[in-house]
Amino acid sequence: MTAAVTPSAQRVVPEASPRPTFAATFGAIFRGQFSRAKIAAIPIFIAATLQSVGLVVLLKGLIDSGADVTEQSVVAGSSVTVVSFVALNLLAQRFGALKASGALDYFGALPVRPAAVVTGTAAAWASFTVPGSILVAVGGAAFYRLPLSHVWVIGPVVVAAGVSLAGLGALLGLIAPRPEIATVAGQLGMSLVMFLGLVPAHRLPGAIQAVRAIVPSTYAVDAFAESFRAAPNWATIAVDLTICVAVCGLALAVSAWAFRRAVTTR
Amino acid sequence: MSVGELGCAFAVRGLRKVYRAKSGDVVATDLVDLVVQRGEVFGLLGPNGAGKTTLVRQLIGLLRPDAGTVELFGHDVVAHPRVVPDYVAYLPQDDAALADQSVAVALETTARLRGLSRLAAAQARDAVIAELGLEEFAARPIAKLSGGQRRLAVVGAALVGDRPVLVLDEPTNGLDPTARRAVWAAVERRRAQFATTVVLVTHNVLEAETVLDRVAILDRGQVIASDTPGRLKAMVDREVRLELTWRDEPPADPLVSSLRARAVEHGRRWTVRLPADEAHAALADLTSGPLFGALDDFTLSTPSLEDVYLTLGGAARDLERA
Repeated sequence: MTAAVTPSAQRVVPEASPRPTFAATFGAIFRGQFSRAKIAAIPIFIAATLQSVGLVVLLKGLIDSGADVTEQSVVAGSSVTVVSFVALNLLAQRFGALKASGALDYFGALPVRPAAVVTGTAAAWASFTVPGSILVAVGGAAFYRLPLSHVWVIGPVVVAAGVSLAGLGALLGLIAPRPEIATVAGQLGMSLVMFLGLVPAHRLPGAIQAVRAIVPSTYAVDAFAESFRAAPNWATIAVDLTICVAVCGLALAVSAWAFRRAVTTR
Repeated sequence: MSVGELGCAFAVRGLRKVYRAKSGDVVATDLVDLVVQRGEVFGLLGPNGAGKTTLVRQLIGLLRPDAGTVELFGHDVVAHPRVVPDYVAYLPQDDAALADQSVAVALETTARLRGLSRLAAAQARDAVIAELGLEEFAARPIAKLSGGQRRLAVVGAALVGDRPVLVLDEPTNGLDPTARRAVWAAVERRRAQFATTVVLVTHNVLEAETVLDRVAILDRGQVIASDTPGRLKAMVDREVRLELTWRDEPPADPLVSSLRARAVEHGRRWTVRLPADEAHAALADLTSGPLFGALDDFTLSTPSLEDVYLTLGGAARDLERA
């Protein structure tokens, strides 16, 4: 976009610098954010993974007692909980803190598209969850003696759940009026993902089933749980992951709007 | 070409911003008019809370004014705020956006986000690291640096990418004198080589007097004076500043009473502005008689921009002089 320039000013106007492309912005943001993995990766990995390992082990008692919880949903739900801990909970906190301190001015004063900033950040944070999710998926499947032949599905599941939950985490952080509210919203969101991922859908009351239908991570959980069957229904898995990615797109689009709004209304 | 011949960078007219609050409206910017010429180092000097940051955020399109116009090289910033980042590099006060990256990554990322190619961004990163002397801690995360190193690193992020306009909000806050000089030199180099326009926010009088071509003094959202530091100081050059610090409650004495009537008191520290001959006479009396024992410290100094600020009705006491 180039605004009109008054004739008197034109003779001395310096040339506007070229703007970075969406891909260049995404790449630079991703790389910058990913570089923090060197500092933060181990604490994040331990905190996110330990919680889910605990879930896998504790819920064995419930399954052994005959409760209506399947091994497949426990492993799938616990794996996606790792993703939600980082992508939803921590990213909501991060954006909430950036907004509150005025640090978003840094991005607001750069010639970048908010969507590229939010997407790059969400992708980087989603990538932090990969090692923990794989560990919980493989370890959980081994613990419950589930077939490991299709455990690779955790790869697309982490990508789909990661970017969609990171999009939601960014949105929560950006629209929360105070950083404390962003933190609480992120934690509640993570609890919701955990609850909806672990409890089988048919055991949920009607209203909660409706919530389950709009929370993207549940599709990722369903897709991963399906992959543990002897003969997985690949069409179901593909549909589930597609819905997850579609929610991701929506969440990122709204986050980009919220980002611009957060920068200009402080 | 001289600064004036290069034309105007920012032109601000009738700018006004009011924050609505339950406890009442706060006028953050009150009918501000400013012109920043291209190629000049223009300062906004004022105490904390004077509205400096609110003003610069409106200049660069991050905050929409309630009334008034801002033009940048003829572009209407209020109507088209996204045009600003094509010309301006901004150093905000808060550095949390970069804090978890290393200095080198933060500089390179910022250069990339200003549209530089991968190679150009790496070169710009290395050049600024050398220019500001950041080599020693370039690989360390910004959050782990000392306050001064941290500020210097984010100043570097504002300098990469060579924008024609730099808007720097308190760039030297917390810097030691060496680092401060490095920043001033970097600013001056860009102005000399590329006619870079610099808008520098400060509450430091020494900085304002040392590096600025022109300065606007802000108080409670208003520009109370705007000119070169030299001309502004000429407004008060017949007077000198006498500062007295008493050990205890000052003794009853006609000289003390007459000084007290003209002093701005800050606890036991008094600041009195007097014609030079009167100040010398008062100081001679104070230091030769019994009053000397009651004095803890005294200084006599030529007028500064702080005196201009106080003469024009400024009331805050937190302008820095060191």
